[in-house]
Amino acid sequence: MKRSRSGGYRVFLLPSAVLFTAVIVVPFLMNVGIGFTRWQGIGDPRWIGLDNYTRLFADERFWASFRNNAALVVAMAIVPTALGLVLSATLFDYVGKKFGPRTAGALRAAYYLPQVLPVAVAGIVWGWIMHPRFGALNELLGLLGMEPRNWLGDPAWALPSVMVIMVWFQVGYPVVIFMAGLQRVDPALYEAAEMDGASWWRRFWHITIPQIRPEIYVVLLTCTIAALKVFGPIFVLTRGGPGGATLVPSYFSYQNFFEKANVGYGSAIATVLTLLIIMVTAFFLRIQDREK
Amino acid sequence: MIRKYSVLVSLTVLAVVMLVPFAIVTLNAVKSPADYSSGGPLSLPGSLYLDGIVQFWNRVDFGGKLWNSLLISGSVAVLAVLLSLFNAYALGIGRVRGRTWILVVFLVANTLPQEALVYPLYYLSKQVGLYDTRLGVIIIFTVIQSAFGTYLLASVLGRFPHEILEAAAIDGAGKWRALWRIVVPISRPTLSVLLVFFFIWTWNEFFLPLVFLISNENQTVPVALGVLQGDKMMDATMSSASALLGILPAVVFFLIFQRTLTRGVTVGAIK
Repeated sequence: MKRSRSGGYRVFLLPSAVLFTAVIVVPFLMNVGIGFTRWQGIGDPRWIGLDNYTRLFADERFWASFRNNAALVVAMAIVPTALGLVLSATLFDYVGKKFGPRTAGALRAAYYLPQVLPVAVAGIVWGWIMHPRFGALNELLGLLGMEPRNWLGDPAWALPSVMVIMVWFQVGYPVVIFMAGLQRVDPALYEAAEMDGASWWRRFWHITIPQIRPEIYVVLLTCTIAALKVFGPIFVLTRGGPGGATLVPSYFSYQNFFEKANVGYGSAIATVLTLLIIMVTAFFLRIQDREK
Repeated sequence: MIRKYSVLVSLTVLAVVMLVPFAIVTLNAVKSPADYSSGGPLSLPGSLYLDGIVQFWNRVDFGGKLWNSLLISGSVAVLAVLLSLFNAYALGIGRVRGRTWILVVFLVANTLPQEALVYPLYYLSKQVGLYDTRLGVIIIFTVIQSAFGTYLLASVLGRFPHEILEAAAIDGAGKWRALWRIVVPISRPTLSVLLVFFFIWTWNEFFLPLVFLISNENQTVPVALGVLQGDKMMDATMSSASALLGILPAVVFFLIFQRTLTRGVTVGAIK
């Protein structure tokens, strides 16, 4: 009986098997292979073993790109998750109850709106706002009596500026997910806590956070991966500059592929990035499993 | 009383801050350059001036870029849903042997960074004549999106009531008929969520289209705008016009699909 059920279904996997091999499996294996060669994209690749990797780990720009990436994990995953927790709990447990679900829904939509933009377009919007000559930000600061700055062109300010933009871009996603998660929570829990005289903060720590823990893991995982892959805003805003101040691994590999024709080196960077992402994913799945 | 409203006020202030960039861009996109140079970026426009938007539209052939984005995203959405459906039918309902491992492959493919595929794809697509074509990008994103779709849909179809399928089999319906007559109609809500998501995700993509669509007539909206960024010919009002044209389609989709999107975000989260 069991056999007959699985018979005849395999054929449905055929189109995907062909396409997956051509678009994912073969290119990925090629990338790993190219990482062991010196290749300019034309002519024959030359096998050099682990040379790209030894060069990579001694390359100050490579380490800088990962430090910048760590800053973007803070801006794209950690800060939005923390802010999203406070905002969604307030909207759900306070605004929704005191001012009605429509008010809460409208605020949620406002926080979420940046998320619908293509991330490159979000970068274009902010590139314009932070423009040193005609940007609105310097104009506004001028009205407040503050000095204008070249936000994205100054090595000291470029990374913090990009971080602020990414917080703006990301914060709506956790708010929407957490508010959806809070709908599952039994209202009796909150009522009982309120009757015992628990403050808002105590309810937040002891009910809200434990109840939506699965959602917190999902948001942290997906946002961390998004931060490790971030490319569009960097390309549009700073191209990794000034002087490498906003260089990230994905842009670093792009540079080596398409600007410097160091294809082998670029592939090695991409392979390290892949390993890092798989490690992060495995780590999150581990702690998620242990919770259950 | 004061406390009650202070929370609402601070949340509203934050909402305004979130929306300010949209307002500033719109404000300056409808200003004339003269109006801009006299009042700066924060003043209200003296009169409605749409020439900046029109000029930018014509200069980059924005209509053509919109069409490219629509064509690519629409095709990917339909094809990727189809591919996910076939896979999920075999894995979720057919329970073919080795399904767990096949699912793991899809899951890993879903987290792979595009950087680790880009150069071989660039090289191979040149070999087969798909480089700098919309078809090439459609094929690549169909596969990438279906990795997520398969994963999600297989778990949904894994809970599909088998009695209905067995009844259909007794009535003589083959696997192909059962898929279209029974599985598709019943899973329509999930399929439409996937369709909307694939469309929007593909629309928003930047990295691979930037690499693959180098000629002007193939570019999508985000790529065309991203490449123009920092162009010396662009003045303040034209830059904001370009930003507004990038924002508008996204906001329109958001308004059309709001319900599906919020539902979809949650479906994705609890999978």
